[in-house]
Amino acid sequence: MDYVEMHAHMASRTTDDYEQMALTGCVALSEPAFWAGYDRLSAAAFAAYFEQLTDFEPKRAAKYGIQHYTWLCLNPKEADDRELAPQVLALIPGYLDRPNVIGIGEIGLNRVTRNELATFVDHVNLAMEHDQLILIHTPHLEDKYRGTKVIVEALGGDARVKPERVMVDHAEEHTMPMILERGYWGGITLYPQTKVSPGRAADMIEVFGSERVCVASACDWGPSIPIAIPQFVMEMRRRRHPERLIRKIVYDNPVQFLGQSPKFRLPRAELAAVAR
Amino acid sequence: MNARPGTCPLTQRELVEEYFIENRTKLLDIAAFLDRLDRSSEMNAEDDFRLAAFRQALRVLSADAPARVESIQMIFSDPTTELLPELDRKSAFGAYAGPRTEVQ
Repeated sequence: MDYVEMHAHMASRTTDDYEQMALTGCVALSEPAFWAGYDRLSAAAFAAYFEQLTDFEPKRAAKYGIQHYTWLCLNPKEADDRELAPQVLALIPGYLDRPNVIGIGEIGLNRVTRNELATFVDHVNLAMEHDQLILIHTPHLEDKYRGTKVIVEALGGDARVKPERVMVDHAEEHTMPMILERGYWGGITLYPQTKVSPGRAADMIEVFGSERVCVASACDWGPSIPIAIPQFVMEMRRRRHPERLIRKIVYDNPVQFLGQSPKFRLPRAELAAVAR
Repeated sequence: MNARPGTCPLTQRELVEEYFIENRTKLLDIAAFLDRLDRSSEMNAEDDFRLAAFRQALRVLSADAPARVESIQMIFSDPTTELLPELDRKSAFGAYAGPRTEVQ
């Protein structure tokens, strides 16, 4: 089954992973800017990263027939640095015209500090000024509930933000309701250890429905599985969910969300099929 | 999550046939972890906040109530929404170290 990978940090994956993804049906992916596992030492390091995301990775993906899109930001793990933040944000407008840049992300919170929230708001302002889609990282583990709550309440107070243009990612059972009931898209990330298993993702679809919900591998430099979406597809089939529903989650929904960017391109017939 | 009866296409019998073995394995893994804690070289984490949350979650598992996953998620979660004045660390522990309220 063809699928669109909404969240993959391919900068930290090998070319073999692109091949595996292509072999299992991945036709397009979006790569949010994120933490390298260590703090970058300067804004120049971010400029180099943004070059990688907008030049090298799309070429690497294209060799396997995968369309590569990206999101730019200063990620939440480094967002507490209020000296670095304005320097990195000043770089981003220079990249927004690149053909594969579809929005600002993954912005959000990590430990839910005052500084992190200030940097998050700066990013939202940048997105609004440049009419960009937003991809949001919610904190992990014990910080997820409160971080998600702070994020949706901050966004809710900004009348410029259209909820349908925002994906709140890394949603789990205790945060998905507050995301969906406010009109945002909810992302489920499939991780072997710290996030959601394919089984729990299927449970969440059964309980919360399939509207404005996507699944993704969020594969990065940690323990993660670049072909987690096909594993989710297998789990849904194991439960005898109809192919139509599975396709909606792994293909139609991502296309509907990403298609709000004029840069997102899939064959017109495919977009028409989603519109139906 | 709410019970939402009927949202899983499989019957109870089919779920048992299909998923019993793998969930039996997961249950035994948890039992083995608890036994391992009892066999540890030094019993120096009996009051650890993560173990306290874990044991509280086990009580939810064995209760005959809906929304077990959400209840356990909230046991492990920091329920507060106050912003931290300063960054204290980058990583999460997996359980909330603050005051704990028993979930019924």
